[in-house]
Amino acid sequence: MVANTFLVIFLLTIVGYVAARIHAKSVLEKVGAQMHSRPIYHGVNAAIWTGVPALIIILFWLMFQNTVINQLLLGLFEPSRIEAMTSADKSLLISEIRQIAAGRIFGTPEDMVLAAAQKLNDWTWIARASMFAVVLAACLAGVAFGLRAIGPRFRARYSVERSLNAFMIFCSFVAIFTTIGIIASLVYESYQFFSMVPAYEFFFGLRWEPQIPLRADQVAGLGAFGAIPVFVGTFVIATIAMVFAVPIGLLTAIYLTEYADHRVRATIKPLLEILAGVPTVVYGFFAVLIVAPLIRDFGTGLGLDVAPRSALAAGGVMAIMLIPFISSLSDDALAAVPRAMREGSYAMGATKGETIRKVLLPAALPGIMGGILLALSRAIGETMIVVMAAGLIASMNINPLDSVTTVTVQIVTLLIGDSAFDNPKTLSAFALGLMLFLITLVLNVLALTIVRKYREKY
Amino acid sequence: MSIANETARPAVDWRSVEVTRFRKRRYAADRRLQFYGMGAIVIALGLLAILVTSLISTGYSAFTQTMVTVPIELREDQIDREDPFSANWRTILRDSLKKLTPELEASQERDYFALFTNNAQFLVRDQVVKNPQLIGTTVSFTFPVADPVDQLSKGNIDRNQPEQLRRVNDVQIAFYDKLSEQGAISVPFNWSLFFNADSRFPELAGLAGAISGSFWALLVCFLISFPAGIAAAIYLEEFAPKNRLTDLIEVNINNLAAVPSVVFGLLALAVFIGWFGMPRSVPLVGGMTLALMTLPTIIIVTRASLKSVPASIREAALGVGASKHEVILHHILPLAMPTILTGTIIGLAQALGETAPLLLIGMNAFITSPPAGFLEPSTALPTQIFIWADSPERGFVSRTSAAILVLLSFLITMNAIAIFFRQRFERRW
Repeated sequence: MVANTFLVIFLLTIVGYVAARIHAKSVLEKVGAQMHSRPIYHGVNAAIWTGVPALIIILFWLMFQNTVINQLLLGLFEPSRIEAMTSADKSLLISEIRQIAAGRIFGTPEDMVLAAAQKLNDWTWIARASMFAVVLAACLAGVAFGLRAIGPRFRARYSVERSLNAFMIFCSFVAIFTTIGIIASLVYESYQFFSMVPAYEFFFGLRWEPQIPLRADQVAGLGAFGAIPVFVGTFVIATIAMVFAVPIGLLTAIYLTEYADHRVRATIKPLLEILAGVPTVVYGFFAVLIVAPLIRDFGTGLGLDVAPRSALAAGGVMAIMLIPFISSLSDDALAAVPRAMREGSYAMGATKGETIRKVLLPAALPGIMGGILLALSRAIGETMIVVMAAGLIASMNINPLDSVTTVTVQIVTLLIGDSAFDNPKTLSAFALGLMLFLITLVLNVLALTIVRKYREKY
Repeated sequence: MSIANETARPAVDWRSVEVTRFRKRRYAADRRLQFYGMGAIVIALGLLAILVTSLISTGYSAFTQTMVTVPIELREDQIDREDPFSANWRTILRDSLKKLTPELEASQERDYFALFTNNAQFLVRDQVVKNPQLIGTTVSFTFPVADPVDQLSKGNIDRNQPEQLRRVNDVQIAFYDKLSEQGAISVPFNWSLFFNADSRFPELAGLAGAISGSFWALLVCFLISFPAGIAAAIYLEEFAPKNRLTDLIEVNINNLAAVPSVVFGLLALAVFIGWFGMPRSVPLVGGMTLALMTLPTIIIVTRASLKSVPASIREAALGVGASKHEVILHHILPLAMPTILTGTIIGLAQALGETAPLLLIGMNAFITSPPAGFLEPSTALPTQIFIWADSPERGFVSRTSAAILVLLSFLITMNAIAIFFRQRFERRW
């Protein structure tokens, strides 16, 4: 039914376009150069009037139809019973009704539920049919308006261009909507979390054990939501990654911009870009399959106690991902240093190395710092490598050979397979997400400010 | 005065021992820096080489699959022509398997049957249901062996190890060797890697579901982000007044490009699934999430390419009476299109490798049939890699690497197409 409705909209839009274009052409032949817009604009205008309102109606309808029907379904039961239910129970009841309505009956449901399923099927049919009717009416009205408007003085081109402008402005606002959506969803769910768990426990608590029992009879931890160990773990892994990635990336950039000749540069840069293009899930698998066992064997050989999911393995592999990133940003910063400074230094008799260390690096430092901050923000927000290679248990230690957990690991493990947002366990993921978003935002803004300030200098 | 000073200083003897030593030290420092740079590059490229070799060396074996060919007797007294589906396929299969090795003892049956894939009976059943005229004949079927035997035939299991450390015991090895002597074992190319959906058994697991899930998600992503990105870029580049609001939009676009992907997953989970009530695990939601992530890339690329079209074209079109919209739609945009397409393909390639947001919206479910559209639950290539990487069976290790190789080859192909577009169609003004 839904697919058919879309098909009807599509077909009527074409009909509206063709009809309006033909009609406009006949008018044009009568009135000649008095006609303001060319027939094609009349056609497009009619098509817009036919299709766009109908599409907006159908999208809103589909968005709210289920919510409305769910409320109606719950209204069938005694109000006292519904009030006593948690939101998880409610969604369970609704999904049971929906299963029965779709013909999948398990066990013997109560009569009330069976009746509700019957009602659901009726209502769904009514909703679909009325949606079809409304959309059809909107389309036909659009065609009629589009055809009626055609005349020598109707400025169809202006109308089309106005619609186009509206569409373009709407699309430009998508970026703002996305940001608002991110902030609203994170803040709303975090607010719910902080109404269950006090904020000071989250910000200053030293224990993170979110696996609380979701049912009364479940065996699980008591629950503790102190985020400090999680952030310590994130900090440890990000530091390890930066310790390896910054020198390697920076030296690579120095060699490529200052020492390498054109041919070497042209072959090595694309190879480094391959490293940047590898999906992070691949790095995660590489860490688990190769790097972690290697570090463990090596450490055990030295008599050290290495955890199977050591922070060193996750951070080391993350460094591989960051090398091309740091290298290309430092490359840009070094290349932006004016030629005159470089040549002035050579003219004084400085060697290449001295020029790099004493002239280029100080001059490019703001750009390089900006790049390093962006890389740090990436390291903190990186998810798949740590989900696969870092630990799950939050522990307060900074030993790189031990297993630590990170913010992103916790977000993913808390939310995989869980969708009820009514307990602190799932909601805590959103509080962590909010912190992650804010931290990376600050780092990005800082980095961009540094880079911009520096650019203004030359 | 400065000249007087110069002459007052004692002349430097450039050939003296200490000056030569000083110069040597400076040159050595220069060479050291150069050497460190080379070292850094060697490390970076070496890591790339290790990454690729380890993936290929673990993954190549999954591109073949050990199969066994068994003649199976489809007796009419065992199979009802009217209803072949509900015959006792387990017995039919086992009877035929027993005939293959007449010396089989009752105590060895368990080990022997474990040589073959667990779902062999269903594979045979599905074939017969499809071709009921086979009933009453003896047909030779080819199906995969169980994962440990596959590993044995590929040489990943050491026969000299003590029996309890191996995942195949001596009895099984003996039977395998016998079957091999009879010529029943073959190791053809593993088509099921591409045509099967996911399975609990590594020998049957394939990427069909993941590939089509990724396809639908990318299609949705493209259909949303391509028009929306171009429209937004045209507005910001050509029409937008310079004011606070458009500044805010630009800051937003630049910032969204740097927001961690997992945050987009949280957005999708809370807004699309939580508030709008969209279904979990479907490519539609995945594609919408990826579209939000790809949008900034496309907007930035499109703006740059619109900017690079020379002003003379714009002025010529305006001069012959085109409206501003006509100038852009008829002239500027077609000329900028190759660059936009290049950027879009690169953006889509990034979206194809994105994992974390898809995990959060549940595209890591265990689904044994490929999705028929973007509204059916499915996995995607990167999430399938994640699922397989978490599975303990030995066979999934090589299958994970193989899946990664498939994903990487898709990415390489997309990037190659992008490079081709750039070199073939891009204009330099």
